[in-house]
Amino acid sequence: MTAKEVRELDRVVIRFAGDSGDGMQLTGDRFTAETASFGNDLSTLPNFPAEIRAPAGTLPGVSSFQLHFADHDILTPGDAPDVLVAMNPAALKANLADLPKGATIIADTAEFTSRALKKVGYTSNPLEDGSLASYKVHAVDLTGMTMKALEPFGLSRKEASRSKNMFALGLLSWMYGRSIDGTVTFLQSKFATKAAIRDANISAVKAGWNYGETTEDFAVSYQIKPAPTPPGTYRNITGNTALSYGLVAASRQSSLPLFLGSYPITPASDILHEMSKHKKFGVRTFQAEDEIAGVGAALGASFGGSLGVTTTSGPGVALKSETVGLAVALELPLIIVDVQRGGPSTGLPTKTEQADLLQAMFGRNSEAPTPIVAPASPADCFEMALEAARIAVTYRTPVFLLSDGYLANGSEPWAIPDVETLPTIDPGFATEPNHHSDDSAEFWPYLRDPQTLARPWAIPGTAGLEHRVGGLEKADGTGNVSYDPTNHDYMVRTRQAKVDGVDVPDLEVDDPTGDARLLVLGWGSTYGPIGAGVRRARRAGHSVAQAHLRYLNPLPANTGEILHRYERVLLPEMNLGQLAMLLRARYLIDIIGYNQVRGLPFKAEELADIIMKEDDQL
Amino acid sequence: MTATELGMPGLDGVPTTDVAQTKKEFSSDQEVRWCPGCGDYAVLAAVQGFLPDLGLARENIVFISGIGCAARFPYYMNTYGLHSIHGRAPAIATGLAASRPDLSVWVVTGDGDALSIGGNHLMHALRRNVNMTILLFNNRIYGLTKGQYSPTSEQGKITKSTPMGSLDAPFNPISLALGAEATFVARTIDSDRAHLTSVLHAAAAHRGTSLVEIYQNCNIFNDGAFEILKNRDTREEVLIRLEHGEPVRFGANAEHGIRRNPNTAGLEVCGGDDPAVVVHDAQAPDPSRAFALSRLADPGTLARTPIGIFRQVERPTYGDLMNDQVDQAVATQGPGDLAGLLHGGDTWTVE
Repeated sequence: MTAKEVRELDRVVIRFAGDSGDGMQLTGDRFTAETASFGNDLSTLPNFPAEIRAPAGTLPGVSSFQLHFADHDILTPGDAPDVLVAMNPAALKANLADLPKGATIIADTAEFTSRALKKVGYTSNPLEDGSLASYKVHAVDLTGMTMKALEPFGLSRKEASRSKNMFALGLLSWMYGRSIDGTVTFLQSKFATKAAIRDANISAVKAGWNYGETTEDFAVSYQIKPAPTPPGTYRNITGNTALSYGLVAASRQSSLPLFLGSYPITPASDILHEMSKHKKFGVRTFQAEDEIAGVGAALGASFGGSLGVTTTSGPGVALKSETVGLAVALELPLIIVDVQRGGPSTGLPTKTEQADLLQAMFGRNSEAPTPIVAPASPADCFEMALEAARIAVTYRTPVFLLSDGYLANGSEPWAIPDVETLPTIDPGFATEPNHHSDDSAEFWPYLRDPQTLARPWAIPGTAGLEHRVGGLEKADGTGNVSYDPTNHDYMVRTRQAKVDGVDVPDLEVDDPTGDARLLVLGWGSTYGPIGAGVRRARRAGHSVAQAHLRYLNPLPANTGEILHRYERVLLPEMNLGQLAMLLRARYLIDIIGYNQVRGLPFKAEELADIIMKEDDQL
Repeated sequence: MTATELGMPGLDGVPTTDVAQTKKEFSSDQEVRWCPGCGDYAVLAAVQGFLPDLGLARENIVFISGIGCAARFPYYMNTYGLHSIHGRAPAIATGLAASRPDLSVWVVTGDGDALSIGGNHLMHALRRNVNMTILLFNNRIYGLTKGQYSPTSEQGKITKSTPMGSLDAPFNPISLALGAEATFVARTIDSDRAHLTSVLHAAAAHRGTSLVEIYQNCNIFNDGAFEILKNRDTREEVLIRLEHGEPVRFGANAEHGIRRNPNTAGLEVCGGDDPAVVVHDAQAPDPSRAFALSRLADPGTLARTPIGIFRQVERPTYGDLMNDQVDQAVATQGPGDLAGLLHGGDTWTVE
């Protein structure tokens, strides 16, 4: 056998698609892990239904995992797949519209039965009727070959066919020169107590690889060289994991035990799962009876000197609003993580959106300001969790951390920071009376730090500082219940001034040529797609500036100056213009919105088009 | 001596003091603003008067409340205190008690706060057996919002919001608590200082969630709701004082007793000398008898109302179990190593 041709590519987008029970997320995760270890830059986009097991073979049951990897720095999971792995007709039908002509389709022929085809409305088999002529189709009996490879293991048909995802993984690994060693190690550990399943899956991966190596059907394999990256130790990380690690780090850096009160909700539950593994760090996780109890318990723990955290998504934030308002009044540290998803109401539980900004900003009764931070990428969730904790603890305030479904489940390589360089957060507990008169020394819970306007945090167990706080308006200084009109006006303005005065870094602008007239602004998870769109526009000869807000309340001090520096500001958002509304009101500047709420991240190409169109008008 | 050795396992881990304390030390400098004649005054005085007996470091005591007249309670206690939002005090207290086993945590709530808007949190706190004492001030009316019927109001109650009578059947807080797997359930009356104090003592001594229902008179909107249980002329005929290990008898001369009804699972009144009079066992693992006792009272007339401790059983507390898991994780895996966590999984190094 002659060696097969190896072609070099600079980037590839692969989408694995199948039934929600086919293990597509695991397949994607494993391919990603091998790709990360290989040193490619990468970005991933899982996409799965809210139903755990929608009826098999139907369009609503299709689950997919898209991976973009390259020999250079990339920012998004890719607009359109170069390769679609379709485990059944539903997976083909649901994803075909996203495929550019000429893309490669690898389809499991065993699943293209007349019954399965009929279920999704195919009247003839697309693998045979010529309708896919403009694609490179590899019709492969993935199931059949998996079963054959697993014959020696004495598994039932059902059990054996379940390993077809590993066969597909092996085949794709061969095609793109990925190792399968890590996957073999992974399977050995995952199925350590189930020898037959373990061996079957390992055999399936190897069989898939060997099939690629030997079959005539796949004449070419591809090579994507590692991307040049700064020195350091890297790992691939999802937003939810990075956020969890950031919270654990915040606990360590503040020397405050972490208490997470949470109620399961997609797409935030994985943070609860992750945090529950870290008890040895003193992390206490409390699965509450509801969203309200989750945040309530977190606030109660904060009162006692813990770093109180609650994790949820938009509908949960709605339920927690009253307690967040209480935290504003109590002026205690609290982190509210909102992994945003499509709404209103239950909306699109597994799809992404960034339409909770105004809810975080204003979704409470009366004047109840809270700081808001938003990570720009999956790995950035680590740093922004630390930042949320810094602000919450320093200023004794609830802080919103706005992630979203795309950040939560998407992944990218992360340069692991040196823990010795992480910032320290000083809780600065009150230990002494702070108000002295001629004959007594008292503790006044609302006597503020003149710099930060933060009130002292005296925790139970501190002798001599016994005090009462509560949701009724408090007198400045003493903290006694007060209905005095002047005091209330003062307290409302002071709480606002405290949040307005939170120290946040300046907004940075990327304007390499210095002559851009158009600024593309963004916040949250749109960083990647906007960055990719800006690069395309620049390659096409446009001078475009980009800036990305990670601090939304307060906004960086130089935000207004930067916005006024450009003739036009374009702001893509996965909502109907929420940040644009805030910026217009604040800076009296017309912002051009570009808005989509499709439950999916923006595509680089569409943003490049709109960026160039706006620039052309200047 | 530890609190456990003193027979107060509920306070184990809470620092004590050898310095004698006074009621005055437990009174804050805030003016008490309940209506003159409100039953809340009696409960406040009883709590402030009894806490010095526990000998706890005052700074390790926390009172948490929700919303309602009773919820102002923490402002009047010279301890740590948190006046929170409607119905949520048990949830907030759960986070505090679970994360701070060195605190004595008290929740002050009312029939509206605990059983209406906060019913879910009450029920789950009881089920989890979080180490705290819940004082449920039951006046069978909404006071702070000026007189609407509450979830314990008798059916047909004429109030501002129910001019033709309320429609819903009331909750029986004792039955509800027993159904929610509570480990300590008691009832007492605001005006009976000695009984109130003895129940509070037992509740504080219990490790787990202690629910104490306190019949409390709202002299503005529901005056005399418990008069039949308080009036010297009537109370002996209607009030049943439960004592662990004692036969359940009542009447001025113990002429009435309680025995099992052989035809139902319930209890019935019999003569005080009936050999079948039941002996009260608050520590019985099976809550059926306690439940049957909770059903004796007539919800309308309050005839046959038991007071005292219905149930007092031991079960591990949520906080102790949670902290055990943390300790166990540290013991078996070693203390957390952040660098090790961040470098877990597949990593690669670029030189």
